[in-house]
Amino acid sequence: MTDARATGSLTQHARLFEAGAHVVAAAFVGGAPMLALADGAVLIGEPEDQKRVDVHPGAAILTAISDGKMLLTGGDDGRVVAIQADGAPQEIADEKGRWIDALAMRGKAYAWSAGKQVRARDETGTVKTWSAPSTARGLAFQPKGYRLAATHYNGATLWFPKVEGGPQTLEWKGAHLDAAFSPDGRFLVTSMQENALHGWRLADSRNMRMTGYPAKTRSLSWSHDGQWLATSGADAAVVWPFKDKDGPMGKAPRECGVREARVTRVAFHPKALVVATGYADGVILLCRLADAAEIPVRDPGGGPVSALSWDATGARLLFGLETGAAGVLNLPA
Amino acid sequence: MTTSHEPEKIPVTVLTGYLGAGKTTLLNRILSEPHGKRYAVVVNEFGEIGIDNELIVGADEEVFEMNNGCICCTVRGDLIRIIEGLMKRKGRFDAIIVETTGLADPAPVAQTFFVDEDVREAARLDAVVTVADAKWLAQRLRDAPEAKNQIAFADVIIINKTDLVSAAELREVEARIRAINPYAALHRAKKCDVPIADVLERRAFDLDRILDIEPDFLVAGDHDHDHDHEHDDGHHHHGLKHYHDEDMQSVAIRLEGDVDPAKFMPWINRVTQEQGLNILRCKGIVAMKGDPKRFVFQGVHMMLDGDSQREWKPDEKRESKVVFIGRDLAEEDIRNGFLACAA
Repeated sequence: MTDARATGSLTQHARLFEAGAHVVAAAFVGGAPMLALADGAVLIGEPEDQKRVDVHPGAAILTAISDGKMLLTGGDDGRVVAIQADGAPQEIADEKGRWIDALAMRGKAYAWSAGKQVRARDETGTVKTWSAPSTARGLAFQPKGYRLAATHYNGATLWFPKVEGGPQTLEWKGAHLDAAFSPDGRFLVTSMQENALHGWRLADSRNMRMTGYPAKTRSLSWSHDGQWLATSGADAAVVWPFKDKDGPMGKAPRECGVREARVTRVAFHPKALVVATGYADGVILLCRLADAAEIPVRDPGGGPVSALSWDATGARLLFGLETGAAGVLNLPA
Repeated sequence: MTTSHEPEKIPVTVLTGYLGAGKTTLLNRILSEPHGKRYAVVVNEFGEIGIDNELIVGADEEVFEMNNGCICCTVRGDLIRIIEGLMKRKGRFDAIIVETTGLADPAPVAQTFFVDEDVREAARLDAVVTVADAKWLAQRLRDAPEAKNQIAFADVIIINKTDLVSAAELREVEARIRAINPYAALHRAKKCDVPIADVLERRAFDLDRILDIEPDFLVAGDHDHDHDHEHDDGHHHHGLKHYHDEDMQSVAIRLEGDVDPAKFMPWINRVTQEQGLNILRCKGIVAMKGDPKRFVFQGVHMMLDGDSQREWKPDEKRESKVVFIGRDLAEEDIRNGFLACAA
């Protein structure tokens, strides 16, 4: 730890609790903390007043995402379920036991994939299906327009579910995993099997390679101004600059929170250039991009951090670990 | 090169075998026995499993090339994804069984455990188990390269449907198998009626156990069920017919005394790089000069995994043994190269 740069600690402001199972995702939904758990349940509410909702009974939640208004979960029971702030689950889809590998949402539009099958459901409930050339591991809606990106082997495909035919495939050799659009919609970034990120500038499909990771990147987070992309997969949060028209091409990334432990999750603060960084040894730090100053949020122990999420205002940080340890940080006013 | 297993890693058994050999029969048998274990089963065809098993996962065999400059470095992308997903159910099963299609090459499955760090952290490859049809294997070895690969790759081979062949035919098929792979444990079976312990928890890829299971692994095999012949001298023993397979061979070399690590390490890397496309499996125990511990290694195609193992015992002869199984191996080249590593 680089104690010299530390500017105090927030560990005493974090309320710790046991979630009871591997925390797959964290979110504030309508302001209420929600943890999606591998045992199929969603844990809702403040640590002293929690309720468990058995969203995928007898199954596991494989993936979950949120837009702050709703939590969307995908299970190994083949079901996609939306959970509102009040905890009421609504089934969005049932793929009959086929694992839900990826999810995306924007407004009332949802997308999910099970193996090669990618489905998108618009606001009216109309479901369209596209068959990927191989398993679609990652999905993301483009920020504007009803257009979905799906990652697969040897590239990613952009698909307009309302338009017949003509999906556009962006090719790059290798297996692509997670997908993320830059908030301005100019770039699509994917994580890859080969410990690297790949990016495309959508205007001209120009390729961007972001390499040098010792492990796979499985967590991507954009800064509030859309100019930075924080990533996991190294012994620091690796933050790529996307301000210029060429994105990160020819530029070195920033590193913050350098430690002798692998970064497993990253979450940019919704209003400031501060990255919440979770490590494989259970440590969570807040790292300020400008000067790499670090503030500890969670002490080591308890396994890899598997979920991190800020609330909409950036006053609270919810976190969870693979072992079921969890907590919520209230930043002092 | 990393160290061997930790106890909490989930063992993964790979079931291979040509179409109709009896893989599903074996799988159903494993699942129906009262062993008290819970298995997560990865299959390609739903519906063939006759047993209610809580965790059956359908897979599409998605073989991905890795962009790492290694031309034969392929992995099973679906397996990486499935193991990641299964880890979310950790504690709800004890082991994973992966059934491959009849035409599958076992190498990408095995290589997944060498290449993918997340898989490696969560799970360990226990063994490749190949089911062979006693009646049809000899013919498949002639007309189906996949069948030969599966035999060459195996740690355990079950010769199934032995009730459909004569004793002479059975000896013939065993000799054919031994010509390709003298090191796998061989079991005869009818309707795959082998003890589960012969199939699961073999630790065949465990460096620490390379010789604990097979104290004479150059001589090979399973002490209970069959008799084997020394292969490195190429003669007949116990009246077993000896065949040479046209294109798939094993090369076993023994070197008395120590090996010079400064010669051996570059050599083994070069051999597996240059001949890795043809080498399916390799294994070895090496007495490194000046090292009180045994160096053990194993590999799949171009991928190598090696580590210092236990100390040589005072009464143990320091000698080095290496084994390669592969297609069209440059035997003399490998032999001379290894012998030139003598300290």
